[in-house]
Amino acid sequence: MDTIFPWIILLPLTGAIATFLVPRAWVIRTGMVTALLTSCMVFAAAYFLHQNGPVHYAVGSWAAPLGIRLYLDGLACVMLLLTAVSGIFISVYACEYFKDKTSGVLKREGIMFWPLWLFLWGAMNALYVSGDLFNMYVLLELLGLSAVGLVALAGTRTVLIAGMRYLIAAMLGSMSYLLGVAFLYAMHSALDTRMMGALIEPGMGAAIAFALMTIGLLLKTALFPLHFWLPPAHAGSSAPVSAILSALVVKGSFYLLLRLWFDVFHNVVTIPVGQFLGALGALAVLWGSIQAIRQQRLKMLVAYSTVAQLGYLFAVFPVTAGAPPTDGVLGQWVIESGKGTLYHALAHAFSKASIFLAAGIMVHALGTDQLSRMRGMAERLPLTTFAMALAGVSLMGLPPSGGFIGKWLMMHAVLGSGQWWWAVVIMTGSLLTAGYMFMMLRQAFQPCEDPSLFKPVPKTMEWAALILAFISIGIGIRAADVLDLLMIGSPFLIEPIAAVGGAL
Amino acid sequence: MTMFLAYAVTGMIVFAIGLYGVVIARHLLRKIIALNIMAGGVFLFLISIAARNSQAFPDPVPQAMLLTGVVVALSATAFAIALARRIYTVTGSATLSDGER
Repeated sequence: MDTIFPWIILLPLTGAIATFLVPRAWVIRTGMVTALLTSCMVFAAAYFLHQNGPVHYAVGSWAAPLGIRLYLDGLACVMLLLTAVSGIFISVYACEYFKDKTSGVLKREGIMFWPLWLFLWGAMNALYVSGDLFNMYVLLELLGLSAVGLVALAGTRTVLIAGMRYLIAAMLGSMSYLLGVAFLYAMHSALDTRMMGALIEPGMGAAIAFALMTIGLLLKTALFPLHFWLPPAHAGSSAPVSAILSALVVKGSFYLLLRLWFDVFHNVVTIPVGQFLGALGALAVLWGSIQAIRQQRLKMLVAYSTVAQLGYLFAVFPVTAGAPPTDGVLGQWVIESGKGTLYHALAHAFSKASIFLAAGIMVHALGTDQLSRMRGMAERLPLTTFAMALAGVSLMGLPPSGGFIGKWLMMHAVLGSGQWWWAVVIMTGSLLTAGYMFMMLRQAFQPCEDPSLFKPVPKTMEWAALILAFISIGIGIRAADVLDLLMIGSPFLIEPIAAVGGAL
Repeated sequence: MTMFLAYAVTGMIVFAIGLYGVVIARHLLRKIIALNIMAGGVFLFLISIAARNSQAFPDPVPQAMLLTGVVVALSATAFAIALARRIYTVTGSATLSDGER
């Protein structure tokens, strides 16, 4: 395991530099080989994790406190797998997407896409396994900078300004996070997450650090009302980039929030804080869905849907906050809500990637993403429409999709812990999601008036979108296996302080 | 101990001034400079906590964090300025306004 662990991070980073240096004709080949190798490494790591349990890895053989500890458990592994699987299909799609329609030559945008995308992939992989607060800051910056670079690739007026907004939001977020880390270090002289979790005590300093780091990460996760930068950036960029941003990048900062909440701040958070975050999530669900229904353009609709779907993820916090670590009954609901949230993140990532890729196919065929122009899509682009519909089923949370499992576990957890009001929000959100998904599909199933409007689309692109949609359904059917993998190393177990100290 | 606190509090004030600038300023260059002022505040805070325990020599870990932070802030600033220049060439103004048209 020690031989493959570092390559999960090193491969995409090396590949990123390589795609930047090789001649034009080799860019796609280098990029695809890197993507495939990285995914193989991730699958190998998942296999080892399944066989031997969680792994700690000291970078450069420097142990914590001075060195950086990498840690692979079920939670990190599921996120790595999510990135690898959706990453492969997005890469395949991008190979075709960035080719010039008439000459078939790779556009400049398509060449610059690869180094940025691989840097982003490497940053995400590293973020998922990092066990060091400061290392996480550096990775957040790498993630943010390459994401903004990807947004700005298209180079149009709207996209450049959206990218700038995104950059400022990302820099503000990481600055706030870094100040929080500095506070923690000033108090406890540690950066390792486990050590910090054992040392931290409730009090003024811990509360300030918690607030600074949480606000920074919320800004990057685009939780309502800090979502202002997301819709223009996600809707304006090219299709593979939108898919990467909506499916993966926002999950990166959310993952960090979840990790910090369970590993570091578990005895600092209070019930009001949990309720507050839950309320913001609920507002995001309602506001994002209503905005999505009001949109005229498909990509804006899907981007607002991301704002809404991110809101669901925050249902984990009210259930977790204030649950005493030794309480077995409440602890069970905490684990349940953790599972539900992560499942929802997975299902949303696959279905949202699929819908954004499908929207890109529509733009490719029609030259626009106006909802009113979708008429006849079901006839002319049946695979793409099928992909949208399947992904929609998962977003709405209909059985047997992955979205259904996520929402089911969340409902189970909020009702079990006696907080029925969140269940109302989850139900309303599903209805609103159904509203905008049907609005979209209704147009697609209208009879086709002028078939000549639809230009031919490469079949690879259509299949990439469709397979991702199938996966978002498939993870619902094979839920037990995914959950088994997720629970390796009990990521959602809030351990009593003494036990954490002993594990060091 | 009091010296450390004076520097740390100054760092926080600088951070707050920078934050104010980011929110208030309209010109992109001003926003970018304000972001750098914020970063300066964090860095001052980091360098001051290196001396938080009155030992013979300061704690090297925050100094290492500061150095890394400076490198990150420098590259982010370079990128932001390049993006701002691009916005100026394309739109003719270096502000975030009229983005939604």
